[in-house]
Amino acid sequence: MKLALGPLLYYWPRDAVLAFYEEIAAAPVDTVYLGEVVCSRRHELAFEDWLAIGAQLAATGKEVVLSAQALTESEGDLKLVRRAVANGRFRVEANDWGAVHLLAGVTGWIAGPHLNVYNPQTLDLVAALGATRWVAPMEATRDMVAGLLAERPAGLEAELFAYGRMPLAFSARCYTARRLNRQKEDCGYACLDFPDGIALKTREGEPFLALNGIQTLSAGVYCLVDELAALREAGVEVLRVSPQSIGTRDVLHALRAACDDALSGFDARKALAALAPGKLWNGFWHGRPGMPAR
Amino acid sequence: MELVCPAGALPALKAAVDNGADWVYLGLRDDTNARNFPGLNFDESALVAGLAYAHARGRKVLMAVNTYPQAGSWARWTAAVDRAARLGVDAIIVADAGLMRYASRSHPRLQLHLSVQASATSYEAINFFHEHFGIKRAVLPRVLSLAQVAHVARHTPVEIEVFGFGSLCVMVEGRCTLSAYACGEAPNTTGACSPAHAVRWRETAAGLESRLNGILIDRYAPGERAAYPTVCKGRYAANGETYYAFEEPASLNTLDLVPQFGDAGVRAVKIEGRQRSPAYVAQVTQVWREAIDAWKAGRFAPRPAWAAALQRHAEGSHTTLGAFSRPWK
Repeated sequence: MKLALGPLLYYWPRDAVLAFYEEIAAAPVDTVYLGEVVCSRRHELAFEDWLAIGAQLAATGKEVVLSAQALTESEGDLKLVRRAVANGRFRVEANDWGAVHLLAGVTGWIAGPHLNVYNPQTLDLVAALGATRWVAPMEATRDMVAGLLAERPAGLEAELFAYGRMPLAFSARCYTARRLNRQKEDCGYACLDFPDGIALKTREGEPFLALNGIQTLSAGVYCLVDELAALREAGVEVLRVSPQSIGTRDVLHALRAACDDALSGFDARKALAALAPGKLWNGFWHGRPGMPAR
Repeated sequence: MELVCPAGALPALKAAVDNGADWVYLGLRDDTNARNFPGLNFDESALVAGLAYAHARGRKVLMAVNTYPQAGSWARWTAAVDRAARLGVDAIIVADAGLMRYASRSHPRLQLHLSVQASATSYEAINFFHEHFGIKRAVLPRVLSLAQVAHVARHTPVEIEVFGFGSLCVMVEGRCTLSAYACGEAPNTTGACSPAHAVRWRETAAGLESRLNGILIDRYAPGERAAYPTVCKGRYAANGETYYAFEEPASLNTLDLVPQFGDAGVRAVKIEGRQRSPAYVAQVTQVWREAIDAWKAGRFAPRPAWAAALQRHAEGSHTTLGAFSRPWK
């Protein structure tokens, strides 16, 4: 089983991002996805900075992928996607069909989790267009993944989101700016103050969601460390870890050890629970709600 | 500019046709469409009757096959597409790329419209579906400003359709798993957002509570207007403040924008509400028919009677122009 570090969903200060990836360079992870996928207003790192981080990670033997922004609204957004596609060195993760349009015919791109590939026929289509890896949708169940991979196109890898706060929705609106009574275009880059998003609780105090700019995440942390055998059996080859502000390296170590049977499932879960910014949940994989029923 | 109106059953289809819809859209009685609600939608005999009624009056019928099939259920979706072609449906609304490929190969004469559930917000995305599957029209997610809509329309040969009126998704359609997160069912997979069976209303000492699968979505003081508990329309607490974290419940109403839609190159306006009554369909269709006809005749001016009629059918306490005007910009 390979491990991948998904794109950084939050907005951190430049120095924090650089330090984070320096730490990741020494972490047990096979693939690192880089780039801004959530909000085009975020500018602590320029495109060239991401390429430079990519070059450093590639020098340590890691596979580097540039992730394209998930929600494209303006010509400026498309320009960023085009730059990623034309980067000339790293593979690209398409997160909408506009990126697929630009990547069609290029061999070796990654069909990202926001493309909505839910069935073998659509998987076959993206493979025919040059995709060599598919990242399952967030709410993918064991049955869905197994059904899809039973008819897997030749040469296509399967990756699943396996640890982190679940990305659940995108909007044109910025909910971080809204919380602070600011306009989106005058947001003061408020996301910088919330390295794991803004926690949202129900009116009876139950942790429910997290606001991350235009993105909404779960309060709890998706964790499939108990499901490694079932994941292998379903045909999953890559597990995605989503970056968090503290302890991402330790998360990767724990998962790596669990995958290598150097750590029992019980101990791995205990280690991850101590590192997670919320409770560990795995409902989607089992065909249940993402948040456990009360 | 064409008017596209909803029908959850035959009486609504007739109401839409009688009041001037150019297209009526509907779905089958199963999870192949994004309004998979009990008691709603068309079986084959109702579909045949609806097609006859619309076609006899020179109108067109669209069938939504706009959820995402999975390995075990693929055949139900292709059967829906086959049925649409066999019965003479004028076009189908599709979100899944694999299903679009199936439809374009198996029924090359069947017109394809890209569903809002396909989340295509750029001309690059729309042109992908045009080049590969020959889609004729695309319904834009409710996230773009008017200027962005015009920009998309200028860069694609595909006709652009926008939502004009009705309930409003504040998240990008096709990219929202909030309902799946809360209750296990969602528009993409089962064709329902916050299904009624997962909703509970309860009077408590603290007020009227709405819950979705047990999760407290909101609590209302006496006199407060309660909204249907979709996750995005609830009130939650963040850093000490309890508020509508996503948006105050509001309906989309863009009637005043008809001339701007025309200038932007919009070719069709869609009315939301297959789950609404025939009376809703009749009145909303009538108002929009008059407005579009007035614009076509070069004498569009918003009328108080139009606003009053639409306000009666708005959900929530107020209406909004949504992303078209971007009040949150």
